[in-house]
Amino acid sequence: MRFDSLVDSVGHTPLVGLPRLSPSPDVRLWAKLEDRNPTGSVKDRAALWMIADAEKRGRLHPGATVLEPTSGNTGISLAMVCLQRGYRLVCVMPENTSVERRQLLRMWGAEVIFSPAAGGSNEAVAVAKRIAADNPDWVMLYQYGNPANAQAHFDSTGPELLADLPTMTHFVAGLGTSGTLMGVGRYLREHAPDVRIVAAEPRYGELVYGLRNIDEGFVPELYDPAILDARFSVGPRDALARTRELVELEGVFAGISTGAILHAALAQAERAVAAGIRADIAFIVCDGGWKYLSTGAYSGTLDEAARALEGQLWA
Amino acid sequence: MAVQVRIPTILRSYTGGEKAVSGSGGTLAELIDDLDGRYDGIKARLVTDDGSLHRFVNVYVNDEDVRFLGSLSAPLADGDDVTILPAVAGG
Repeated sequence: MRFDSLVDSVGHTPLVGLPRLSPSPDVRLWAKLEDRNPTGSVKDRAALWMIADAEKRGRLHPGATVLEPTSGNTGISLAMVCLQRGYRLVCVMPENTSVERRQLLRMWGAEVIFSPAAGGSNEAVAVAKRIAADNPDWVMLYQYGNPANAQAHFDSTGPELLADLPTMTHFVAGLGTSGTLMGVGRYLREHAPDVRIVAAEPRYGELVYGLRNIDEGFVPELYDPAILDARFSVGPRDALARTRELVELEGVFAGISTGAILHAALAQAERAVAAGIRADIAFIVCDGGWKYLSTGAYSGTLDEAARALEGQLWA
Repeated sequence: MAVQVRIPTILRSYTGGEKAVSGSGGTLAELIDDLDGRYDGIKARLVTDDGSLHRFVNVYVNDEDVRFLGSLSAPLADGDDVTILPAVAGG
């Protein structure tokens, strides 16, 4: 396949069957390999769509500064796109993220401002909003509320999935900004309304939920529960166990958030088997495991690996 | 009918610092009433004046979000694990 430039190659990722993890020939799991994007994550789609949308609206001009709160992957994707388009990128990232994420951000030319670990991404959003107020000429794309984030998946991920798997019965993805679930979900509601849309959200250690009061809570502006059929919270131990099964049984080397998604996908598979119904369950492999090697996710016992993730934003 | 309830840091002032407590009820609403009987004031932090779950509170029964199980009417069974968490940003 030939493309005019790297950003033109975003998307069109493979959907691969998982014959050993699938419980039966009638209940099958399919992995959408989003690690096959230019920076190795699903966020390349949202980054490209948000930048293109801002350019179309005249919000971005050569030399502009882009600002974004991110736990890592969106920042890395934006850095890749901004570097090629001639924009400066400033990312606000919680300090409890993997060392590889900050190395990659800097490699692609982004500047990183750290926000305190306590409060996780909530705090990164709050810090970014303060910086944006102090720098009115900077452009905050704001992945949590930017419709172009979900639109990327409505325009690309959703159509790719349904074209590759017209018999799809379930779609399972991670819930962070909710962009993937809202975009693919809306596309499927229009074109394959019987598909169950299932969210898997990471359950972190207590530090991340350390708000001072409930009113500091956060629900992404993009999130619309009406698009979803179910939502599961997956802790680090289950996510790690599934991440390891995925590489050990199927050879797919994925990041830890993908393990959380697979855990929810397998729960749907078990329900289909118990109900005696056919199922084709597609789920998102958000990124590869490379960025998480330093966390110890792939070595030692599960308990050791889970302990190492305590307090970390692992998804 | 006993269920185990995990309490987030932010609400432990009501449970005397306990991370997990047991409670009872056939639905989430009944469980919250039961908890409020022993941990006075906790209900007001979880349920709004108009009787719905607080926007920034997520409750899970066996890891599934109760908003997709009937919200406050979500049924509970003996031995269920209930987790309460504040809504925080991902991404």
